Amino acid sequence: MRNITSTIVVGAGTFIALLLAAFAQDSAFQIHMSIIALSLGIATIILLRRVGFTPAEPVDPTGYMDDPIRVGSILTMFWGIIGFTQGVVIASQLAWPEFMWEPWFSFGRMRPLHTSAVIFAFGGTALITTSMYVVQRTCRARLFGGGLAWFVMWGYQFFILMAATGYLLGITQSREYAEPEWYVDIWLTIVWVAYLVMFMGTLFKRKEPHIYVANWFYLAFIVTIAMLHIVNNLAWPVSFLGSKSYSLFAGVQDALTQWWYGHNAVGFFLTAGFLGMMYYFMPKQAQRPIYSYRLSIIHFWSLIFLYIWAGPHHLLYTALPDWAQTLGMAFSIMLWMPSWGGMINGLMTLSGAWDKMRTDPIIRMMVIAVAFYGMSTFEGPVMAIKAVNGLSHYTDWTIGHVHSGALGWVGMITFGALYYMVPRLWNRQGLYSMRMVNWHFWLATLGIVVYASVMWVSGITQGLMWREYDSQGFLVYSFAESVAAMKPYYILRMIGGLLYLIGGCIMAYNIWMTILGKTRNERPIPGSMPAKIQPAE
Amino acid sequence: MDYGIFREFADSWGLLYLVIVWLGVLFSLFLPGSKQRAIDAAGIPLRDETLLDEDNKNE
Repeated sequence: MRNITSTIVVGAGTFIALLLAAFAQDSAFQIHMSIIALSLGIATIILLRRVGFTPAEPVDPTGYMDDPIRVGSILTMFWGIIGFTQGVVIASQLAWPEFMWEPWFSFGRMRPLHTSAVIFAFGGTALITTSMYVVQRTCRARLFGGGLAWFVMWGYQFFILMAATGYLLGITQSREYAEPEWYVDIWLTIVWVAYLVMFMGTLFKRKEPHIYVANWFYLAFIVTIAMLHIVNNLAWPVSFLGSKSYSLFAGVQDALTQWWYGHNAVGFFLTAGFLGMMYYFMPKQAQRPIYSYRLSIIHFWSLIFLYIWAGPHHLLYTALPDWAQTLGMAFSIMLWMPSWGGMINGLMTLSGAWDKMRTDPIIRMMVIAVAFYGMSTFEGPVMAIKAVNGLSHYTDWTIGHVHSGALGWVGMITFGALYYMVPRLWNRQGLYSMRMVNWHFWLATLGIVVYASVMWVSGITQGLMWREYDSQGFLVYSFAESVAAMKPYYILRMIGGLLYLIGGCIMAYNIWMTILGKTRNERPIPGSMPAKIQPAE
Repeated sequence: MDYGIFREFADSWGLLYLVIVWLGVLFSLFLPGSKQRAIDAAGIPLRDETLLDEDNKNE
């Protein structure tokens, strides 16, 4: 009896979505539910064709559950390409507004599509996939809950589908990085609780007495995101058959809730989760233990205790009480220390094996990721200082900062983890091509450098133009003049993103060929082959 | 229970609790034996890759 329960559940879901579409209160909800009914219907047909009435093959209890991880690795790569392409498209839209096809593909709808595609689709799938890989191997236990891992993986993909199609239809609650409406939020909550149960269950049945630090970071990510997601999305729908809802908070409380969520999404989704990745994959690839395990524990607890207070730095010089703004600024500056503790811990793992930087492109990718982690966690506290924020806020400098963290840290550490995992998951000798990893590394790094430096220049230009007064006290520039001044930077930014995307495409090809089991005939990277043993003199 | 009471609790007992937990973690890292435990824990990812290997080794 295989796939019976899942087929029934997905089939019932199709029927419910059809009913919701039929009784919908507004046309957006109706179209959204029809799309969902259609996609669930296709999933039902695929599942029906795979139903078997022979007894299920006995599960090998001594092996790890790697099938969802294989699916997740491919999905991560897929969403990465989609998300980077989206980025190049919206960068082009800013440089050449002719690229906007309204209303569905206007910048206002495409931007959340890009941010959610890279953060939640690419980053989120990478986190779920690697957490399943790491927790099994560091606990020496099979994933808890049997099919639960499949539910988490596909349930999360279903959330991405609902979020993405909703944005293009104009269904949004206008909360940054939390745009999906109430019914999509409820679905994500269900998936997330299943994820927590799966992860905690695996920790409980571990054979290893100690819980390795990477799992602490993953667990902090899962628990905190659950809390943030639920509180930030407290809203009341206008109708239970409609797409619109209203937040339970109002005014500055609403703004602070949003940025308490927004900044901790950065802190616990894009930082803590990916630090879990760093603390496992970096020692594995370098074949050396982490530099200082005790430093990693200080890193963990300091990061956890400080991050949660830093959100108000997004609301400096607003209606937020002054003490709260100062609190946000002070905690942001304090955060610099644990962040750099973690960076040093990651980099020093290579101490005594620095030659791997030259010979192993995967290690180089992880090292540049950690270096960008260090750079953006230095830039962030600087930008959180009120005086600096007065210049940087609302300008492209913020966008540059986010991308040095997202492309540099989140992207690069994920690439490193995928390059490590894929040959092992498919039992291959190694990657299809190491030279392609090298190409990917340089294209991506060059892309980030172009992107970040162009955004510094354009951001500071914007900030200075906006607050330039003449001797009479009038503003020197109109807003439109500052927009016109941005044009060359926006074109350059698009080129930076394009380089990063080309690197991603090379990676996708490399990963695909590795999965197919091919090896590229190429000159090895100098020094990467073990030297011949010299006879003793 | 209004905002003022929550606020007062948070910036007195709540704050104290968090600081004590944090200092407790730091203190525990310097207890005798913690260095060796840390070295053992750091080795967890570098041990054998598959569950099967692990079981065979124990036999």
